[in-house]
Amino acid sequence: MMRVAVVGAGPAGVRAVEVLLEAGLRPVWIDEAAEGGGRIYQRPPAPLRRDAKALYGFEAGRATALHAALEAATARAEWRPQTLAWHIRPAARRLFTLHRGHQGVVEYDAALLCTGAMDRVIPVPGWTRPGVTTLGGAQIALKAQGCGIGRRVAFLGSGPLLWLVAYQYARAGAEVAAVLDTTPFLTKLKAAPGLLRNGPVFAKGLYYTAWLRARGVRIAEGITPLAIEGDDRSNGGGDGGGVTALRWRDAAGREDSVACDAVGLGWGLKPEAQLADLAGIPFDFDARQHNWVPRRDAAGRTPVPGHYLAGDGAGIGGAEVAELAGARAALALLADAGLPVEAARVAALDRALAAQARFRAALERAFPFPAALAAALPDAALLCRCEGLTAGELRAAARAEHAPGIAPEMNRAKAFTRVGMGRCQGRVCGAAAAEILAAELGQPVEAIGRLRGQPPVKPMPIPAVEPVA
Amino acid sequence: MTAQGVTARGVAARADILVLGGGGVGCSAALHLAQRGRRVLLLERGLVGGQASGVNYGGVRQQGRNPAELPIARRSREVWGRLGALTGTDAEFSVTGHLKLARSAAEEAELVAYREVAEAHGLPLRLIGRNALHRDYPWLGPAVVAGSLAPEDGSANPRLMAPALARAARAAGAEIREHCAITDFAREEGGFVLRSAAGEEFRAPLLLNVAGFWGGAVAEAFGEAVPITPLSPNMVVTEPVRYFIEPNLGVVGGNVYLRQIPRGNVILGGGVGESEPERRWARPLPEVTMQALAHAVRLVPALAGVQVIRSWSGIDGQMPDRIPVIGPSRTTPGLFHAFGFSGHGFQLGPGLGAILAELMTEGRTDVPLDAFRIDRFHPAGGPPH
Amino acid sequence: MRLHRLRDTARPPIALTLEGKPVEALRGDTLLTALLAAGAGPLRQSEFGDGARSGFCLMGACQDCWVAVEGLGRVRACATLAEDGMAVRRG
Repeated sequence: MMRVAVVGAGPAGVRAVEVLLEAGLRPVWIDEAAEGGGRIYQRPPAPLRRDAKALYGFEAGRATALHAALEAATARAEWRPQTLAWHIRPAARRLFTLHRGHQGVVEYDAALLCTGAMDRVIPVPGWTRPGVTTLGGAQIALKAQGCGIGRRVAFLGSGPLLWLVAYQYARAGAEVAAVLDTTPFLTKLKAAPGLLRNGPVFAKGLYYTAWLRARGVRIAEGITPLAIEGDDRSNGGGDGGGVTALRWRDAAGREDSVACDAVGLGWGLKPEAQLADLAGIPFDFDARQHNWVPRRDAAGRTPVPGHYLAGDGAGIGGAEVAELAGARAALALLADAGLPVEAARVAALDRALAAQARFRAALERAFPFPAALAAALPDAALLCRCEGLTAGELRAAARAEHAPGIAPEMNRAKAFTRVGMGRCQGRVCGAAAAEILAAELGQPVEAIGRLRGQPPVKPMPIPAVEPVA
Repeated sequence: MTAQGVTARGVAARADILVLGGGGVGCSAALHLAQRGRRVLLLERGLVGGQASGVNYGGVRQQGRNPAELPIARRSREVWGRLGALTGTDAEFSVTGHLKLARSAAEEAELVAYREVAEAHGLPLRLIGRNALHRDYPWLGPAVVAGSLAPEDGSANPRLMAPALARAARAAGAEIREHCAITDFAREEGGFVLRSAAGEEFRAPLLLNVAGFWGGAVAEAFGEAVPITPLSPNMVVTEPVRYFIEPNLGVVGGNVYLRQIPRGNVILGGGVGESEPERRWARPLPEVTMQALAHAVRLVPALAGVQVIRSWSGIDGQMPDRIPVIGPSRTTPGLFHAFGFSGHGFQLGPGLGAILAELMTEGRTDVPLDAFRIDRFHPAGGPPH
Repeated sequence: MRLHRLRDTARPPIALTLEGKPVEALRGDTLLTALLAAGAGPLRQSEFGDGARSGFCLMGACQDCWVAVEGLGRVRACATLAEDGMAVRRG
């Protein structure tokens, strides 16, 4: 029997495994989390399981259905939770795994990577203070742990998640200090006709905003963040320099600030595509998403034979798209292996994916990535939180243009400055670092390249004893 | 005086010397040739220091070198000592000492034997017995039975060295061309004619082949093929942890080597990765990485549990006898080679650049190079067919 | 940084220690939640002198919340369930 490895148990992975099981295969299914569900439908540890409605709001139906499918599929697949796929060798068709400190190898005939996404971050002076998290992190604290990231939380950024998380916090009884959107209202308005293609999603967005306004939550659009301020006297002890306020400049150029003890920030999502990178799949810059995305066709086939991609790890599309894409990529995998697939099912998925793509395009227009904001990070501000590197240090490496030894592209900048070289491998600062370097060199961001992936995908401990060969 | 370089298609850029390859050796040669008043044009198909010079372990090590290499290594160590004055940066060169470790009586005997070789070349080494070793370096594991310390050795940051030399070479008047891949090699009346993929033409009476692994193809283009193979070091770095390993560590047999930088990261290597030189792709092998980690943790047990955050490789050229090809071509007057460093080029590079500059401008050098001659692989004489 | 418990607080209590000092938490907490809801942060200091860290992404990506647990070694606090009796150290 063909051995298929599926990495990731979010919406894409679940639907992919479901299709593979239907075809009579028993895939090896790897996920880092204990319970699966991915980030959006992350399942809380057992003692925290409340009813789905309270956890997921409008998404409750989808979440419940996905969890049911996950439950059924884990029982039938070769399910390996709490397992990190830290490297892949496509030529040898081997995945290298780490499970609770133990090394393992998975041999496969075909691999389907559904590795998801994380928040796209723009550093703001003070962003490394304890109390500042990503929007996704703020949401996980609430959904999976029943906690707010503080007592009085300000939300900053742009995109649908900004409003959703603020709404969820307010509903849960947290004090929302402010919602600060860097996108001007007019930009969003212009994209409204396209957003109406997906009426329910658009309506939800309007609903969250209106709900927050109606409750008197402070809202500002088209703002420029200036700094996250904190209590530096306590640095190193107590709250460790925790957050006290968020300062910004409004659309009219006036400075303003709000007192808060936590900040959630984020500007859309970016693919967690490290494994695709290590698999040798080429990347292209998607100008609309403003992200580097691994190359694949509409069905999820990549230029590396036997390797498929689905979900946000293959380019941001959201949970609904991920479910469709997971099933579609699994069907492509089956068809390529000469196994029977139902043509009508393939066609239906293709139609649904195409419709979603049109909506997604409007969404990207409504919430464009504020590249200029990322590029404007002050010299003294920390850019790379792993390596303690400032924006000014990166800019210095880019000066004296075109002399050898000067950094004309991202990987050279990394070699010289250590930007993106730390524990997170540039996941967090990479997008902003690229904007800073591109602006300093006077080049479009796609021209300066992207940080190359290097194994391991995430930190991996040196084993205490020699592993058995 | 710089080599005038803006070359429209069909208009040749002329220089006294073309340097083919922007690794440490090439950049140092360009610097030293420019300092001797020569018009130098260095051609690099990627970025300077992008392959073997930039991705290696960063050992500035004389101890354990092949005896034939020691005269170059000694000269190079002297250049390393004034790298700051030469280039404006020390490339994080730090004289930490190199401690070579034995894990058996047989390995200890090798350390003892090598000391005599080193002494003959003026390289000071200090043998350390088991008790003293574990007293001075209490973090060494029980598997270690003896050591040999080279106090003058140390390490540097490979990502910085070749670019620093290239900057200095440019400041001294050399022209450095990056992203310039040479596809045609010819020797015509009056010198060499090289053509790039973009159709540019470069001419000079002298040519220095310092193209690393790809230097083998250059030699072949001039009728002197050598048995070179790609060598891809399997390199790993950990997260920063408390700084406690001062010396650069090696072992007899070489299956692992490691050092810690004051920032706290531990850099270690061992074994070889995989590569596809035709697309300049190299990557460590996870199976090899795990073996190197196991060797490392036996040397320094405190490394258990420290997180590996990154691994990498690159492409060097390896010769069957594990020493480079250095010296004049046997087929083509005006052509000089220095490639196939078999993993030894980082330490040798800065000094060898100076030696090559001597050789190419004066026709001679005091440093014995006979062991590295290009025709040594065909004892019957003459190139193979 | 102090996490604010909003929901699901009716869970059995567990006790752990941070640098030897007792920390009260609830079953089902991650280590990050357990420590930060008790106000026991920060989780670690940047190695390069630029301040304290207490996690950022809460989804195992940013590598900001490493702590050491006796018997387990170093773990990401956001991705590790707190258990009764765990002895935790910062960093």
